[in-house]
Amino acid sequence: MEKLNLNPNLYSADDFYSELLAIHESRSKEESDTINARLILILANHIGDHDVLKQALQLASETTS
Amino acid sequence: MSSQRIYEQPLYPYQRNRDQDRKSPNRHPVVIVGAGPVGLTAAIDLALQGIHCVVVDDNDSVSWGSRAICFAKRSLEIMERLGCGERLLQKGVTWNLGKVLFDQRLIYQFNLLPEAHHKYPAFINIQQYWVECYLVERCQELSEWIELRGRNQVQRLEQFNDHVLLRLKTPDGEYTLEADWVIACDGANSTVRDQLKQDFVGRIFEDNFLIADVVMDAEFPTERRFWFNPPFNRGQSALLHKQPDNVWRIDLQLGWEIDKEQEKQPERVIPRLQAMLGDEINFELEWVSIYTFRCCRMEKFRHGRILFAGDSAHQVSPFGARGANSGMQDVDNLCWKLKLVLDQQAPESLLDSYDNERIQAAEENIQHSSRSTDFITPKSEISRIFRDAVLNLAEHQPFARPLVNSGRLSQPCSYLNSPINTDDVDDDLPSGVCPGSPLRDAPTGDGWLCEQAGGSFQLLCFDQADKEIHSETRKVEHLSLNTKKDSSGELAQRYLGKQKEGYYLIRPDQHIAARWTKYDPAMIHQALQRASGQTASVQWRN
Ligand SMILES: Cc1cc2nc3c(=O)[nH]c(=O)nc-3n(C[C@H](O)[C@H](O)[C@H](O)COP(=O)(O)OP(=O)(O)OC[C@H]3O[C@@H](n4cnc5c(N)ncnc54)[C@H](O)[C@@H]3O)c2cc1C
Repeated sequence: MEKLNLNPNLYSADDFYSELLAIHESRSKEESDTINARLILILANHIGDHDVLKQALQLASETTS
Repeated sequence: MSSQRIYEQPLYPYQRNRDQDRKSPNRHPVVIVGAGPVGLTAAIDLALQGIHCVVVDDNDSVSWGSRAICFAKRSLEIMERLGCGERLLQKGVTWNLGKVLFDQRLIYQFNLLPEAHHKYPAFINIQQYWVECYLVERCQELSEWIELRGRNQVQRLEQFNDHVLLRLKTPDGEYTLEADWVIACDGANSTVRDQLKQDFVGRIFEDNFLIADVVMDAEFPTERRFWFNPPFNRGQSALLHKQPDNVWRIDLQLGWEIDKEQEKQPERVIPRLQAMLGDEINFELEWVSIYTFRCCRMEKFRHGRILFAGDSAHQVSPFGARGANSGMQDVDNLCWKLKLVLDQQAPESLLDSYDNERIQAAEENIQHSSRSTDFITPKSEISRIFRDAVLNLAEHQPFARPLVNSGRLSQPCSYLNSPINTDDVDDDLPSGVCPGSPLRDAPTGDGWLCEQAGGSFQLLCFDQADKEIHSETRKVEHLSLNTKKDSSGELAQRYLGKQKEGYYLIRPDQHIAARWTKYDPAMIHQALQRASGQTASVQWRN
């Protein structure tokens, strides 16, 4: 089973983070929700591997950790 | 309305029967409760195997209004075996193209792309009342075996060790009869299920749908159109689908908090439909109804001598056309088993494989139809956000299209883990027809496989080298197939792959029980024993 990569994997973490915030800039809550949903779907398709996705869903839903 | 419609006519009017005049109840091998599509199919299947049955229905006509309209390839193949397939195909509307619209935009279209070289298409549309009408006529042709009793309502039912006692109400009063076996096909509100005090649990969906069949001479193409959030039904969904005789099915989602009686009135319905179809279209209402639905099933389909099939056993949302289609497959699975048990050629426990296999099918159907429903009618704000994101992406991004779910149309169940399968010894033969799968149709050179196979256990011998048939396997009819006679090459492709010869043991319902690349009488015998429930060590897996 492919394992979800939880080691640092973003070459330019700060760049990515600011780009992520930038696409939400001056958006309403509703628009931002839509953008996030699209982003999740686009990334999920890119990953493709169902096992990896399931581990990511699990981790994301453990909101206390 | 010009003349009386087929569903307004009594097709099997009440007639007094000899059981009503008996002092003690008459015993029948099989009583079928309910003459809907499922009960009628069961009666024909049993009759063709030489079993007498009595079908009782509290009504005397076919389904009021069309209800089910999409009939799947697998159902048509079952109907082929029962002698109604071609008639349905001729009358039905064949369609392949589905369009999905979001607001006013066409965002996606799919072709059901039926693989070439099958006798029957992926789907036809035909009114449920025509299907039932043809089935009633077929029952009447088989009247030597089938007694169809109109206006005979089951009121009470009691189960004993070796029979079931039924109390029936007729226009002439009540009478009782006994049955060795009862097939309960009495629909979603099953009296038989209530009598056994069995639960029917699952999910209820808080939504109402207006369903209208309209007659119009419109130039719309023969395709399925599904709208999410169209301008004529804001925030809801809509469906347009063609049936024979210029009848069109329109399905409009209405939401939960509505006044059902009011919404059914023509003065409410007609403007809604006009808004959808456009002002210039003239139409006439044939049938209007409002429905809500649930996805549920009984925990067990076999209760001793009572077997549940169709809507009495399970119910699904209409998205995906899985109701009548799966009910027909239930009785396709059941009848040959009941025949073997009645003939004492199999233990009663074979009937537990009906339960096992068809519960698997019901679970699949419930899962698919619940998921479609969750997509079509999002239950929370976030699920609507995701749904709309999928629809918007799908317009330009092919990756999102598989996520669009306007109903996953009925596919037959493969009983892959069934305890009556014999597992493959190697993986030399094509995976699409592994044990448990339904027969995959193909041309045989002089017709179709689905015309020649089924009705009894058969050994399909593809390009057999050894012509000799051994005595132990004579119980099984051997059907010799020469793949060279099929110029399309599909028969070889579908059943042999790279192999030179192949042997498939198929059950009377055309599902594959076992297969080999060599003719081995001992293995065939063993697999036959297993498929007819005679292997003592059979473990019922779930
Ligand atoms: C709007 C709508 C659209 C649908 N579309 C599709 C579709 O496209 N494809 C599909 O496959 N399915 C579809 N379905 C589902 C389909 O109509 C049902 O699954 C199908 O009718 C079930 O058949 P049945 O024989 O089990 O039950 P029913 O058709 O309900 O028949 C039960 C029979 O039992 C009789 N009965 C009941 N109680 C008693 C009693 N006590 N004594 C004697 N007789 C009794 C009734 O009179 C009736 O004739 C749709 C359903 C709806 C509502």
